[in-house]
Amino acid sequence: MIAITINGKQLEVAADPDMPLLWVIRDLLGLTGTKFGCGVAQCGACTVHLNGEAVRSCVTKVSRAAGQQVTTIEGLSKLNDHALQIAWAELDVPQCGYCQSGQLMSAAVLLRENPNPTDQDIDDAMSGNICRCGTYPRIRLAIHKAAELQREGAKS
Amino acid sequence: MKKLIITMIVLFMSSAVILSFKEENSTFNYAALPKDSVASVAAFKQVYTVLMSARCMNCHPSGNIPLQGDDNHLHTMFPKRGVDGKGVYAMKCANCHQPTNTPGLHTPPGNPNWHLPPADMKMVFQGRTPRQLAKQIIDPKQNGHKDMQKLIAHADDGLVLWAWKPGEGRKLPPMSHAAFKKAWLTWLKTGAYAPAK
Repeated sequence: MIAITINGKQLEVAADPDMPLLWVIRDLLGLTGTKFGCGVAQCGACTVHLNGEAVRSCVTKVSRAAGQQVTTIEGLSKLNDHALQIAWAELDVPQCGYCQSGQLMSAAVLLRENPNPTDQDIDDAMSGNICRCGTYPRIRLAIHKAAELQREGAKS
Repeated sequence: MKKLIITMIVLFMSSAVILSFKEENSTFNYAALPKDSVASVAAFKQVYTVLMSARCMNCHPSGNIPLQGDDNHLHTMFPKRGVDGKGVYAMKCANCHQPTNTPGLHTPPGNPNWHLPPADMKMVFQGRTPRQLAKQIIDPKQNGHKDMQKLIAHADDGLVLWAWKPGEGRKLPPMSHAAFKKAWLTWLKTGAYAPAK
């Protein structure tokens, strides 16, 4: 058994230590918001937070997450009210939606570390998340919008 | 006369033993080496072929994006160096590069300490001539503040050793680690001379 904390819940999972974290999240725990894309850390669809960092769960063995904090899209906020989620809905960012949980998890790390990102900062942070629908312009706008919401929230 | 010849033979054999080394663990007595610019430069020319190979140079790029592949192309996705050499925001090296190589072709290679040199000391290999690189490596203001002891130890650094176990589909440096270490130590211990060009 491997002890792991996912979205604030302490769990023990019966998994081979070499099993990809993505398999544990989706197949063993049923948290299917995180997507399988390429399987080789090339697309970003499987991005989750491991101790706050945007790891690609398809190549991260569950043994690396043992005893650590994992956050998936389901745990990004309690009421789907993270500034990014609000901005995403407001600007209707997704098209097919498949890559979007990974996009959000990467953007969340950017906004945590840089509350006022420039276009270049957004490019630097988001270049590992591919969107085949090409929603990049709306993703960029939504990140700026979320940064604005986050700053306003901090003031109030 | 006979005694003298025997003494000389014994002395010669002793020094040969002192100067002998085991290639695998490199216990060569380098302290016994005299300064020798010819031997030093010759050794560095071997070292240079390793440092300029993809496994070393790809993480010592001239820009702020690492290189990738045996052809040294820019790393796909264009991850940035960052201040500490470990990437930025959602694009930190360890987000994809695991503590060990991920199995399979075209998967991220791994090491617990995967990183580029930091922004304040980029230790660029790409584009350096042998002379430029030799002078850069022995300058503590350009080599990560390494003195001679640290330079010697660097031959066995975990990330350096990774170059000889780089995972599937990646070409090895042009000589064994033992041969590289021998050349590295010979270069340093015979005076760390830089080639003319």
